[in-house]
Parts: sequence; structure tokens; C-alpha cells
Amino acid sequence: MTTSITLGPLFFHWSADQMVDFYARIADEAEVDTVYLGEVVCSKRIALFEKRYDEMRDRLKRGGKKVVFSTLAEVAVNLDRKHVKSICDRTEEEIEANDTSALTHLKGRPFRIGQLFNCYNVGALDYLVKLGATHVALPVEMRSAGIAALAKRASEHGIGVEAQVFGRAPLALSVRCYSARARERHKDNCLFVCEEEPDGLDLHALNNDRFLTINGIQTLSRHYLSLADEVAELQAMGVTHLRLSPHTGDMVKVAHAFRELADGRMAPAEAQAQLAEAQPEALFSNGFFHGVPGSQRVGMLA
Amino acid sequence: MPETSSEQKLRPELLCPAGTPAALRTAVDAGADAVYCGLARRSNVRNFPGLNFMPDEYAEGVAYAHERGAKVLMTTNTFPPGEDMKDWTETIDIAAEAGADAAIIADIGVAAYAAEKHPDLRLHLSVQAGAASAEAIQFFTQNFNVKRVVLPRILTIKEIKALKAEIDCELETFIFGNVGMMAEGRCSLTSYVTGVSTNMDGMCSPPEHVRFEENADGSMNSILGDVTIDCFSADEKAGYPTICKGRYWNAAHEEPYYAFDEPNTLNIANMLPDLIEAGVTALKIEGRQRSRAYVREVVAAYREAVDNILAGREPNLGDLAALTEGRRQTKGAYATKAWR
Repeated sequence: MTTSITLGPLFFHWSADQMVDFYARIADEAEVDTVYLGEVVCSKRIALFEKRYDEMRDRLKRGGKKVVFSTLAEVAVNLDRKHVKSICDRTEEEIEANDTSALTHLKGRPFRIGQLFNCYNVGALDYLVKLGATHVALPVEMRSAGIAALAKRASEHGIGVEAQVFGRAPLALSVRCYSARARERHKDNCLFVCEEEPDGLDLHALNNDRFLTINGIQTLSRHYLSLADEVAELQAMGVTHLRLSPHTGDMVKVAHAFRELADGRMAPAEAQAQLAEAQPEALFSNGFFHGVPGSQRVGMLA
Repeated sequence: MPETSSEQKLRPELLCPAGTPAALRTAVDAGADAVYCGLARRSNVRNFPGLNFMPDEYAEGVAYAHERGAKVLMTTNTFPPGEDMKDWTETIDIAAEAGADAAIIADIGVAAYAAEKHPDLRLHLSVQAGAASAEAIQFFTQNFNVKRVVLPRILTIKEIKALKAEIDCELETFIFGNVGMMAEGRCSLTSYVTGVSTNMDGMCSPPEHVRFEENADGSMNSILGDVTIDCFSADEKAGYPTICKGRYWNAAHEEPYYAFDEPNTLNIANMLPDLIEAGVTALKIEGRQRSRAYVREVVAAYREAVDNILAGREPNLGDLAALTEGRRQTKGAYATKAWR
């Protein structure tokens, strides 16, 4: 079976116009099969681009892409709940659930499980498949043995299984907005300051290591995950979909590299060189897959 | 039955931590209505060396507590990876066999196992499941007959009260102890730095990856993996390196600062009446990693405070303030949205 390349939901705060332009280029040029739309990090941002979702969706569909809407990952206050419901009310597209509240809205309908949902094991997967799960994206911190076990079980269920192979790794969620806190503000008066950092705000440790990346209530890895060297292994395990997480670099080039890799037409080292060109300032890591600190570089990246 | 609900409102359960069998006995003797503890394995999120229970110790702890009218809950709140689920399913079996009053679960696979194999075992939803909305809670009550949810420490009391009106299960909230800044069950920071996963291995900042290094000026670096989490001057007490309590800097804030949260201790003693009024069934004290002496002191002080509130007397809050060991206190999310 051909491995699919997907573009995951955008974690960062880009303006509506930036998003529309970005997805138009993806629609026309990127070798991706599926694109996930929908805000998964912050419910406050949604009002700024919600009205353009259909335009982005239609543009992507015209470009031959499958469009899936992803739900908010941390759901607490009424605004969060309202947004999850409004995404789940879309009946024309598949919905990817990033928390259990979405499943209450999606009862009786097929759904996808997002990478922020926390589906870690075959027991959870079996149960979710009974409820209607048709596809699962795995938590980014999973090690190869766990990925292999879930891919095997997903294949037995006849459902797709997806692993992130490119982009900063989503590491944590909080109720507090750290982009606002860096400016002595809090979430309610954030003034959408996260828009100033389209790939997130780099956080440095006292020993001057660039360490983490702040994106509103989300914390990501400073390193960009790259599983270019592990694609063949992921395919052999039965992973059917490779997820790219959107960044400001040349995502068309990133998608091309993974398409060629997945089809065996490009060597991992060449693909990695293209990723470095596509996102020039990026440092890469692949530790999670190998069961070592996620920030570490193993094998080809070392 | 209105009597039952008003009784619940009047008599919340004081739920206390036990990292060891001795701490369990101490907490029960100090007046805990219930105690929570876990087995010495990955199936609970305080899987630190030297802590937690062997299966026979657990059964003895349940017997000790039951003889004295207290309950014991089994903490089973991490996420088994792949098909490696035995530590977790065994923990559920052991809880059921020992007569635990409930198992605290977070993972859907573990919940499904417990609900199927031990339908009589009461299930509570751990804070690690991150269920803070009525819809998320309904998912667990409807699918697994979960009877109580431990709320993430992110809601104001007003929001808790509104939530209570929308759901049909009990609520449990933290009232005292360490406040993790990241949403529980959604944090891979330790995994990124050390390779040990909080969700899969049950440890945040595992001690084998922690070290302290003294600088020439007498200041002390606290280090996790290869990252300096904080630096303490010679006259400060060097804190344990927890990533979300560290000092960092960035382009928008070049002076090192607590980018996520100050190392505070949650203490909402003076909001207890409001929490009880909001319909919270169980008041939870954090600290399974703490000493017996600490457990005795905190449990006894809170026992007295809760009893005073229930009797309409003023609780002595000064004693509770002293329990925070000189650390700054916070009311966390409970008081104001500005905390966010």
C-alpha cells in the first residue's frame, strides 16, 4: 500500500491571509494527500480566521487534497467547548478528535484520533475502534516498539495509523499562556502576541542552550523532529501515514522529500539535506523514536 | 434524594497521599477519610525509587484503613505503551482483589479493562485524563461508568460550580501541595530531556537524571539531563529541577524568569467553604513523595480546618500557611482567571 503524506494542523498563530495563502500553495504544489485544518491550540485565536475555513477547505479540495478538521486539544472553558462543538457540527468532513469531549459530540459517527488525544496502546485503540475510530495519529513521544504494536493492531482493524515525521514536537499544554506571560500579560489580555512568532518563541536555558519553544498555551521542542532516516522502518511496521507539521519554511519541499523517501526514490541523507534547506535555521532530532531523550540525535542525524 | 446530596455537600471526603505503607497508617491515624496510593511500578505517576506499595503491602494497607473506617484508592493513572499493558492490568486486578474502594484511571485502555473485568470496582477519573469539560467527563461516565472525576487544577471555583450542574458524577479537587503547571497527562517535557516519559514510565524529573553543580561564586545550578533548569544564589535553597518551575529567558524577556510558573505551593485553605459549597465531594492533598511527618502535619491540620468549617467555626489558617515550608503560596486557578 502506498504511504500517504499528510499535513497536520497548524499549531502556530498565523493571520487569516497568511493561512489562506499557505494552503493555496499547498493545494497547488505540495505532494500531500491529506490536510488537517482547525485550531488545536488556542480557542481565543479562532474568531480571527474561522470565517475563512471553508475557503481554505474548498481551495485544498480543488487541489485534490482530502481535508480533515481537527479539534482543540485542551478543552475547559465555554469558548473551548463551543469551538469543539462547532467543528464537530461539520458533517461533510471527517473530524480528528484531540480530546474526549469531541467524542461526546461525535457519538455514532466515524472519527479520527489526533496525536494530542493520548491513544498510547492497543487496549485504547480497540475501544476507540469500537466507538467508530477510523484512523489514529500517535503521540509524538512514543518509542518504536509502541509504534510498531499500534501499527500492527491498526492494520488488523483495517484503519490508518499516522506518525509525525517533521516539525517541532508538541510537548505540553497548559491553561496558562506563556507567550503572554513573556510580556507580563495573562491569557485574557494577551493581545494575540503569539502572532509575532510564526514558528514559536524560542526559550533558552541558563546554560544558553536553546531549549524549548513557546506557542501560547503550548510548549514545543526547540528541535524539529525529523524521522527521514526512519521512514523505511515506519513503513515496515505498518505506519500508513507520515505527518508533516506546518512551519514557515518551504513545506512544498519538505513534502517532496518525504514523498520521494516513502517511494524509495530518494536516500534518507539527501532527504535530510532538503529538509535543512527547507527550514534553514532548524536543528533536528529523532530521540523519541529511539527511546532516548527526544532532543537527541541518533544515527544519521548524530 | 435531597438528604443525600445535602449530606455530601456538608461532609466532603478528605483524601490524603500515601507513598509508603507507613504514610498510609499515619494519614489514616491523622484523620484522613480516604488515602490514595499506587504500586511500585510504571502504573502510577509517582513511580519514584523507594516509594509506593508491593501488592501484599497494598492489601494490608486496605485492611488497616477499612478497620478504621477509611477508604483506600488505587492510583493507576499512567498510559501503557503499545501492547505492554501487563503492569497496568495487574494493578487493576490487585486493586479489585484487595478490596480497594476505587481505582483512579486515566487511560482508555486501562478503563476498558477495569470496566470489563471488574465491573464492581469503582472507577475515578484521574487528573491525568485532563477532563475539564462536561463533555469530556460524560465520555468517561457513559463509557466506563466512572463515578468521580479529579479536576485539573485549571478552573475557577465559579467554573467548578457551573460544571457540577452539568454532570452526573462526583468532583474531586486538589487543595494543597505542588501545582504542576502543565496539563497533567499532556506533558512530555521530561521525556524530551531525559528519555523517561511521565505518561509511560510514571516519572517527572527522575532522580537519576538530576544533579546539582556548584559555581565558583557559591551559587548552585540544578540540572536535569543536560539542561540547567535553575541557578540558586548561595543563600537560596536549591530547588529540585522541575522543567515547568525553571528560570529561562527568550527574545521577549531577556532577563531569566519563571517562564512557566514560580515554584509555589498550592494552598486554598481559606477557599474551602466555597469549594464545599460548589459541590466538591473530595478534597485532595498532593504529596505521595512526602515524609510521614509531613503527611501527619498536613492531614491533621486540614482535618481540623475541614471539621471547623463543617461546624461553622473559623478555621485556623495560620497553621496551614506554616505547612508550605516557606515557599510562596498560590491559590492557583481557583481564585481568578488572571492566573492563566
